[in-house]
Amino acid sequence: MSPVPRYLLSAYGPAFPDTGAFDERLRKDGHLVFAGGLEPAMTATTVDGRGALTDGPYLETQDSLGGLWVIEAADLDVALALAAEGSRACRGSVEVRPFRTAKS
Amino acid sequence: MIGTTAEQAITRTHQEEWARLVADLARRFGDLDVAEEATAEAFAAAAERWPREGVPPNPGGWLATTASRKAIDWLRRESQRDAKYQAARMVYDDSPPEPTGPVEDDRLRLVFTCCHPALAMEARVALTLRLIGGLTVAEIARAFLVQETAMARRITRAKVKIKAAHIPYRVPSAGDIRERLAGVLAVVYLIFNEGYLAGEGDDLVRADLTDQAVHLGRLLRTLLPDDGEVAGLLALMLFTDARRSARVSPTGELVTLAEQDRGAWDRTLIAEGNALVRERIRAVAAGGGPPGRYQLQAAINAVHAEAPSARDTNWPAIVALYGSMLQIDPSPIVRLNRAVAIAEVDGPEAALAEIDQLAGPLDGYHAFHATRADLLRRLGRTGESRSAYNRAIGMAGNATERSYLTRRRDQLPGAGSGTSTRPGPGGC
Repeated sequence: MSPVPRYLLSAYGPAFPDTGAFDERLRKDGHLVFAGGLEPAMTATTVDGRGALTDGPYLETQDSLGGLWVIEAADLDVALALAAEGSRACRGSVEVRPFRTAKS
Repeated sequence: MIGTTAEQAITRTHQEEWARLVADLARRFGDLDVAEEATAEAFAAAAERWPREGVPPNPGGWLATTASRKAIDWLRRESQRDAKYQAARMVYDDSPPEPTGPVEDDRLRLVFTCCHPALAMEARVALTLRLIGGLTVAEIARAFLVQETAMARRITRAKVKIKAAHIPYRVPSAGDIRERLAGVLAVVYLIFNEGYLAGEGDDLVRADLTDQAVHLGRLLRTLLPDDGEVAGLLALMLFTDARRSARVSPTGELVTLAEQDRGAWDRTLIAEGNALVRERIRAVAAGGGPPGRYQLQAAINAVHAEAPSARDTNWPAIVALYGSMLQIDPSPIVRLNRAVAIAEVDGPEAALAEIDQLAGPLDGYHAFHATRADLLRRLGRTGESRSAYNRAIGMAGNATERSYLTRRRDQLPGAGSGTSTRPGPGGC
């Protein structure tokens, strides 16, 4: 059988408040691969293909990436339901994006 | 002679079997592309062979076998092109569909996949017409007035997303089905209106969309015979479609419900709609839960359909039905529609008072100004009526509607003849 699909859940919002309970639920139900909150976008440094450095994030956006989860879910419906919980936990929008697999 | 028969057989089988073939192949091979290509190739083979060799005794079975073979050929070609995927792709599921609760038809899975909320609305519409309706990409592109290449890209992108994001091929669970089904019905109704409201009256490709939506409505009814909103949407489409030929005059002008020749309404479609509405009334009376918006709209249309004229319409029933609709959807558009009916029960003054409360949200909506113009006309406030018509004409989206409103405006000085015609929103 094919492996369980993986999704990147990117949390966008003004802040990345405490999502500990949600992280724990992901871990308990076997969905969690990785979870982490990020320092503000102003702390980012961007390196381009030739190695030149820019102070700041690659994309300047109103709401920057505040944190992310990598999860395993049987299909998109499951991933979207988890993302809805995550968006409530972090009080922001969550982008759900599938990881590339050998088949796709 | 044989040629005609074969052609008819292909048309009929296409209508009856296309969605079933695609749905079945999609489950067995786990790939919408393969399912679509193989089904299209099977029909192409039928078009070539049936006129020459005769129609097989079981056309559906012939097509299913041919499509299966085409799918395997297709996968074999693909896997030769890229051998490392061979193992993964040649393994396919040939088991009968697994039970999914009350309904097990693969076509229902296909419907829910095509109408998945993670896809853009225009992608859902295009996929539904292609994979379930069996329209060609060229036909869909023409109907939506876009380039064929753009439409092909839209469909391809949707299929890529379904595969890459693992959108499931499944009927949603009991907890989700209500909301997801509402999304499916919205796609079907959008297709219907896209065809029906095209306005030009002579655009056959767009009229095909209306037929296609009714076809989809019938299919959903077959798949979900106990669902009230499925029945409601089908009934609503049938009632609306019954008025198709009466709603545009020979000169291409829009004819409102009140002015339509009711003798030109299609009584067969109305009878079918009535049977559905009666069934829903019985179900609601038996404790089946309150009717949803499509059932209420169908009921409103049933009241119009049984009325010998606009004057002899059971307007209190229509006011009450719009009242129920406001409970579900307290939108200004529903209030506007209810006000049109209120004018018939309590007079234009009461309706105008109701409508004037909607000026904020509906100021940019032509039907608001058209309705207002008519009420002002009936109250003898000619000057105000004229300026309301002018605003409506400036906002009206299509020529049919503009020419109707212009005529009404230009008849204003002689207003008061007593004939009551009203350009209500959705009134045709």
